[in-house]
Amino acid sequence: MAAPLIEMRDIEKHFGSVIALGGVSLTVNAGEVHCLLGDNGAGKSTFIKTMSGVHKPNAGEMYMEGEKVVFDSARDAIDRGIATVYQDLAMIPLMSVTRNFFMGREPTKKIGPFRFIDFEEAHRITKEEMMKIGIDVRDPDQAVGTLSGGERQTVAIARAVHSGAKLLILDEPTSALGVRQTAMVLKYVNMVRERGLGVVFITHNVRHAMAVGDRFTVLNRGQTLGTAVRGEIEQDDLQNMMAGGQDLQDLSDETGDAE
Amino acid sequence: MTSDVETPDAPPQDERVKKISRFRKAMIRPELGAIAGTILVFMLFLAIARDTGMFSPQGVMTWSTVSAQFIIIAVGACLLMIAGEFDLSVGSMIGFAGIIIAITSVSWGWPVWLSIITAFILAMAIGALNGYLVIKTGLPSFIVTLAFLYILRGLTIFGAIATTRRTIIGGVREAAEGDWLAPLFGGTILTGLFQWLADIGLLETFTRGTRVGQPIVDGIPMLIVWALGLVVFGHILLTRTQFGNWIYASGGDARAARYVGVPVNRVKILMFMFTAFCATVFATAQVIEFGSAAADRGLLKEFEAIISVVIGGALLTGGYGSVVGAALGALIFGVVQQGLFFAGVESSLFRVFLGIILLLAVILNTYIRRIITGER
Repeated sequence: MAAPLIEMRDIEKHFGSVIALGGVSLTVNAGEVHCLLGDNGAGKSTFIKTMSGVHKPNAGEMYMEGEKVVFDSARDAIDRGIATVYQDLAMIPLMSVTRNFFMGREPTKKIGPFRFIDFEEAHRITKEEMMKIGIDVRDPDQAVGTLSGGERQTVAIARAVHSGAKLLILDEPTSALGVRQTAMVLKYVNMVRERGLGVVFITHNVRHAMAVGDRFTVLNRGQTLGTAVRGEIEQDDLQNMMAGGQDLQDLSDETGDAE
Repeated sequence: MTSDVETPDAPPQDERVKKISRFRKAMIRPELGAIAGTILVFMLFLAIARDTGMFSPQGVMTWSTVSAQFIIIAVGACLLMIAGEFDLSVGSMIGFAGIIIAITSVSWGWPVWLSIITAFILAMAIGALNGYLVIKTGLPSFIVTLAFLYILRGLTIFGAIATTRRTIIGGVREAAEGDWLAPLFGGTILTGLFQWLADIGLLETFTRGTRVGQPIVDGIPMLIVWALGLVVFGHILLTRTQFGNWIYASGGDARAARYVGVPVNRVKILMFMFTAFCATVFATAQVIEFGSAAADRGLLKEFEAIISVVIGGALLTGGYGSVVGAALGALIFGVVQQGLFFAGVESSLFRVFLGIILLLAVILNTYIRRIITGER
């Protein structure tokens, strides 16, 4: 089997005297949705920020497709194909859909000695990409603020996919959404998986995780409580694990996953 | 799904996308308020000040020049505000840059071009420092640049007194005689055209004195050329380039912008430097025109710049606005100020008017913002 898309090995992160992550390991394969579950304060955010280059780990190693990587900044991670979509920071509401969609990687064309944004191209691509995911943006020049929360998340994910990301990190994309909007986002996560991308899906909603996840890792107090494979675990078990219940040991045995 | 799917007309309506009426769409253009305001202001003064000489060539030149001054600093303030920051040190920067030019050229005998370049370099370095401090400390730019409002003004007065024992330094015009760079800020262009217009009788000429036969308005002041140049530059930069998109993004949501790789710090620092650049253009033009620099020049200019920008439709919170709007805001500012003078209205009422316009502009902008962000 090919090397996993990303492998995080014994990642530790300390903030002063606080140990936010005490040796967390996780792998994500291409075409797989790996759900990262955990209660608030479990270290999910710290972990994904390490993965996306925002934090540097104090210990531990990261490998992408078998090759060791060290990220000094978010830019490094982006350049390696890791795109992170943050829950509340996905889009800038005052800017147009197109401007948001290409933010940071605007297509340009040269006129004389100057480079200008190629808006014709940008609008066309934006409209096309939005159509593919079932959002009819009649005017790509309209502000993102006019889209619903679910649409914004979906557009943010589409942006990451279009930018050529191999690994998507979705930070609680559904936690602020209603039922229908959640369904819309989850459906799109499914589509992304089918396109062969690896997805890290962070949530504390077990039902959302069960709906799309291939594997599930539960974090608690900066430690991995184990990784389970789809079909080998029940929703209730995951729920208990997150809550730090005593079914943990059973689960570890069941999945054969060493702590 | 293949591309040969029919329905050229209307793709299936998505009930999730809110419809926006044409009117509301026009409403959310940032310049709209300023365009309407400009038309109103001109109609008003055409009605009440038509016979006062306000719209004679000379009158037009007066308010265009005053407006051009506002425009120059408004363009800088506009881009900076869209990038999410303020600069309250603009006024002090104007005084500072002017005094630097005067001290180095008159007291120290430097060639004027070197003085001007020195002023630009120093001012932009201070702009960069402003930006650096704002980024590094995470303090609001309001506070950091307020500190520089005082620091720069103090340094300017101190510097002027320490070197010349005066706060007004004259003699720059003599020093600038024959300089190659000074005319770029102080001269006029198209003098030939204006002479020709006068010769064929389209422009009034002097009938007495040493300039008999010369047109009363002898050309377009460089100040106006700079203003137009900066507006065109700023507008294209903001709306057409990648960097412009980064300016919007930095002001709209700096964290979100950083996460997708926009170099927010660089954008903001560059915009502080650009604001300082604009302030120095203003200062240089003034010094070359008056032939002197005074340590108290530029007082309150920072607020006049910000007011122009806000009238022009920019949001104080950043991420939204237009250079053309800011320029129109500055035009309104200049026309009203001069127009009230022409109309013989008590000049103190200008401030009352200004305050009211500012208030209306902010209320309108807040309303617009609600529309854009889906009324939440």
